[in-house]
Amino acid sequence: MEVTDQLVNNLANLARLRFDDAERTAIKSDLQKMIAFVEQLQQVNTSQTAPLMHMGDAINAYRQDIVKGSMDKTTALQNAPLANNDYFKVPKVIKK
Amino acid sequence: MSNYDKYEAVIGLEVHAQLLTQSKLFCGDSAAFGAAPNTHISEITLAYPGTLPKLNKEAATLAIRLGLACNCRIERKNYFARKNYFYPDLPKGYQVSQHTTPICVGGHVGIQTATGERNIILNRIHIEEDAGKSIHDADENYTCVDYNRAGVPLVEIVTEPDMHNADEAYAYITELRKLVRYLDVCDGNMEEGSLRCDANVSIRLKGEKNLGIKVEVKNLNSIRNVKKAIEYEIKRMIDIVESGGTIIQQTRSFDAATDTTFAMRDKEEANDYRYFADPDLPPFIITEAEINSIRNAMPALPNALKEKYKTQYGLTEYDASVITDDKETITYYEAIIKECNHYKAAANWLLGPVKSYCNDKGITAAAFPLSAKALASLIQLVEDGQCSFSVASSRLLQAMLETGKTDALAVATTLNLLQNSDGDAIAAWVDEVINNMPDKVAEYRKGKKGLIGLFMGEVKKISKGKADPKMTTQLLTEKLNEKN
Repeated sequence: MEVTDQLVNNLANLARLRFDDAERTAIKSDLQKMIAFVEQLQQVNTSQTAPLMHMGDAINAYRQDIVKGSMDKTTALQNAPLANNDYFKVPKVIKK
Repeated sequence: MSNYDKYEAVIGLEVHAQLLTQSKLFCGDSAAFGAAPNTHISEITLAYPGTLPKLNKEAATLAIRLGLACNCRIERKNYFARKNYFYPDLPKGYQVSQHTTPICVGGHVGIQTATGERNIILNRIHIEEDAGKSIHDADENYTCVDYNRAGVPLVEIVTEPDMHNADEAYAYITELRKLVRYLDVCDGNMEEGSLRCDANVSIRLKGEKNLGIKVEVKNLNSIRNVKKAIEYEIKRMIDIVESGGTIIQQTRSFDAATDTTFAMRDKEEANDYRYFADPDLPPFIITEAEINSIRNAMPALPNALKEKYKTQYGLTEYDASVITDDKETITYYEAIIKECNHYKAAANWLLGPVKSYCNDKGITAAAFPLSAKALASLIQLVEDGQCSFSVASSRLLQAMLETGKTDALAVATTLNLLQNSDGDAIAAWVDEVINNMPDKVAEYRKGKKGLIGLFMGEVKKISKGKADPKMTTQLLTEKLNEKN
């Protein structure tokens, strides 16, 4: 798989990262190596292998429907980069 | 002027229903609506590093209950996936959803429209978590976010593109809302957003098999608005095509002030959510035994009850459908017929005097002050011929409602409202009427048999409604005919 500028830009956008030209060249080369490494796995015949969805054997980790209570609002808001007395404040986003 | 008849609309609905759990989907914050902002949040809701979410079992139970009611196949092996995207109302940077294995697959919801009954085919019902609430107009320069709703459990109920006009969509969502409320899966409150609907609408020439370009309409916060938005959208799209234009794939919003829709955004660059199985949440396996226990705990469904009322209890289509229209009325009716087996009479009482009382007071059948047992004693009294319906439904019912007394026979006795089936007393009233109206009697005897009603009315009047009608008719007929 060829890593193009467009692919890097797209991934950067999805990950909310920003690269200048020099960084883009570097990450392009790193990505190319990583993908080539992983591509070796494609050579293994997995047609008879079930996909491994989870790493452990644990199943059914349920909790009962009980309200445990919440942290108080002041605690919740104290680490927010920006807040008023009631709300977290974020840059204006367009109405969904 | 567009030729609307050439086209067929194709509509699919996505309904998000908030599950009626106490706590959130993956942690113990309260899921209740309406709390002060940011007071139902914990480390898990806020996605602090090192926290571990855990599935609320009740959410799975409620989703299965709804799936069984909609005739879905229940998926045995379930897991949650992360849907990755950045939006400030989503603290984790991903939404946890059942992307690949919806817990309920296929199924249908029966609807009834003017053109008859049919099933709307479902694609799936899956569990996911809700996002927080963004408030855009509280602050001039910032968007304010309340995370109380973040992580509240939802099911998304997705139909196939299987509806073809706004009436079908209206009937479907009405039926679905009735069902989730009946099953205690969701409170169905569209204004508070516990039931939300998005509509996917496209048009095509009749006979065409391929689907047209679709538009998604959001912000449909009432069932009426779902209908209005779809009607508007179908007309808008046909007008575009008929005037030579091209429909573009868009997300549109409904404006309830003008009953129109407006474009929110054109289709952005294809979304790339990079779904993958959430490693923090192990798979959950639903067993046959669990499904059976959920099924066995479910009440009979409104449609099944309606059928039973019609076929086994002999109720009319209208009566059966009004009784099964809401849970409160069903519960009350079922309680009455446990006390007495006069099915039709019970329906008449419920849809007559009880309903008009409830309508007057603006209450549901659940808040009707007389217990089912008390009403049943009243029904029994009338069916036994001890009291006429008109006296019972006006004076006796009134007296019971006012005094709170529950034994109809005792109240009727006290108030002297019992019908007289003592032959001597009725014979005396009958004689009195016949003696008082010699002209009418003569006319009757000449063949004007319709006058029997008049005589009956007179007996009723002088007996103050206490003469048993059957015996009165019998005695009147005998007396009128004997001197013939």
